[in-house]
Amino acid sequence: MGTPKTIKKVLLTIMMLVFSGMILYPFIWMFASSFKPLAEVYEFPMKLISKNMSLNNLKEVLFEQTPSFMLYFKNTTITTVVSVVGTLFTSSMAGYAFAKMRFKGRNQLFLIYLITMMVPFQVLMVPQFILFKYVHIFNTLWALILPRVFSPLSTFLMRQFFVDIPNSIIEAGRIDGAKETTIFWKLVLPLAKPAMATIVILNFVWRWNEYEAPLIFLTDKKLYTLTVGLTNFIDEAGVAMDNLIIAGAMVALIPMLIIFLIGQKYMIEGLTAGSVKG
Amino acid sequence: MGQTKKKKKINWTAWLFIGPNYIGFIVFILIPVVFSLIVSFTDFNIFKGLSGMRFVGFDNIKEMFSDVWFTSAVKNNLLFILGTIPVLIMVSMVVATILNNKVYLKNTMRAIVFLPYISSVVAISVVWMKLYNPSKGQINQLLMWFGMDNPPSWLASTTWALPALMLVGIWMGLGYNIVVYMAGLQTIDRALYESAQIDGANGVQMFRHITVPMLSSTTFFLMITNIIGSFQTFGTVNIMTDGGPGKASTVIAQYIYVAGFRYHKMGYAAAMAWVLLIFIFCITLFQWKLQKRYENNF
Repeated sequence: MGTPKTIKKVLLTIMMLVFSGMILYPFIWMFASSFKPLAEVYEFPMKLISKNMSLNNLKEVLFEQTPSFMLYFKNTTITTVVSVVGTLFTSSMAGYAFAKMRFKGRNQLFLIYLITMMVPFQVLMVPQFILFKYVHIFNTLWALILPRVFSPLSTFLMRQFFVDIPNSIIEAGRIDGAKETTIFWKLVLPLAKPAMATIVILNFVWRWNEYEAPLIFLTDKKLYTLTVGLTNFIDEAGVAMDNLIIAGAMVALIPMLIIFLIGQKYMIEGLTAGSVKG
Repeated sequence: MGQTKKKKKINWTAWLFIGPNYIGFIVFILIPVVFSLIVSFTDFNIFKGLSGMRFVGFDNIKEMFSDVWFTSAVKNNLLFILGTIPVLIMVSMVVATILNNKVYLKNTMRAIVFLPYISSVVAISVVWMKLYNPSKGQINQLLMWFGMDNPPSWLASTTWALPALMLVGIWMGLGYNIVVYMAGLQTIDRALYESAQIDGANGVQMFRHITVPMLSSTTFFLMITNIIGSFQTFGTVNIMTDGGPGKASTVIAQYIYVAGFRYHKMGYAAAMAWVLLIFIFCITLFQWKLQKRYENNF
């Protein structure tokens, strides 16, 4: 009974290892190549280890290019952190109000939210471009941060979570004479940690990897984020610097990979949240 | 009397809670959406500015039908959807079923297949560009090693550019689809498999007659999500081929960007973006309708 089952399990495991190896291959190639000199980047079959490996490529893109990837890294971090914290703040407050407070026009306002959730960025980019020029935040990091602080999707997710919190908790707080703001901060928000983690994960990944908005709203190279910084570097470097380009890609990728390695279980759950119901 | 007073007080707090979010939402999303609809009926151009804006009625819509770049973009986008989604759905369903309970290292492999999904599209596109290099790339060197004399030049070829982008799209989307399917599989009652096993059904039969039908609502959800995502494909195309060679791999989102920000025809770009929105709106509406039917069935 046990043996054929184990053999089957081993065979299926090998099959899946081959499959995940194929998925992983581009990452492995990138990782190895980013330490190699240009001459070895295109070797086939690829060597995982070579004696000519060094940190030269990374040093070059991180510090010696102008603007350097270190600067892009800083810009990306600022944009991501500020917009994620902002989204968390506004979406949890509004989500709570939509779920647990009564006021005139609540359902209508929420319906507008739901409808705009499906609006793609392509619809927003022309009017936002004009708006940002008009209020003079075009070509500043604010153009990336501000519109992302008000996220219908995050508000929607927070509302869905708060709806499930029992009213008795809030009622108990009200009977004790606590102010609505105190109830929210002291009673409700601590319960919402899982939902808040989801919001942080979703928005962090999206903002860190965002490409089209910085492509459109930034013209000053010193303000570039990692994504546009990298594409700009490709245009300027040309094919003779493929090893540096790959090292640049690695710099753009590695922070997210490290965060994913640490919290992969939560990240996978967060990024697929709301996709399967029951 | 006392009740109205209480109601009024709660009202005020609610607005305080919603206020910051809703004001930002109105300024950065709602007004732009409305404004974009207005712009789509004009010939707005950055150089002429808002004062030079002229209403052109339905001219932008008419232009789309005669613009071969736009019709090619729509055609390529549909090909992209047809070429990626069936593969994504089928491969993900099979892989999820295998990963779910029949292998060692389940969580490690789940994490590996999910990696492309969290990765920067730009970084990924850069790596794939180098893998697709016609003479030196890993892919063609492998094909030549297998004895193929003239492997395709991938991104530089009018025939192969779009399929090459589709492959990257599949590679990027697999992780999400697999994880969602794995979650869907958890909801299937084990008793179904046990009784089928007693009746002498083999693994393939159980997959066909239990797993596939029981996952149908997940499949439906994934198809909708994938279609909406595919209609917004931008990063890979913009970086790897820029829509080329010629029109070979241009897609809707890429052409909207090119029209608006390279040719500065912002009115036209806005009109095309609205067409895209209408596509997405119809698909979502269809999803809501069918989802209701699914929910009633359970």
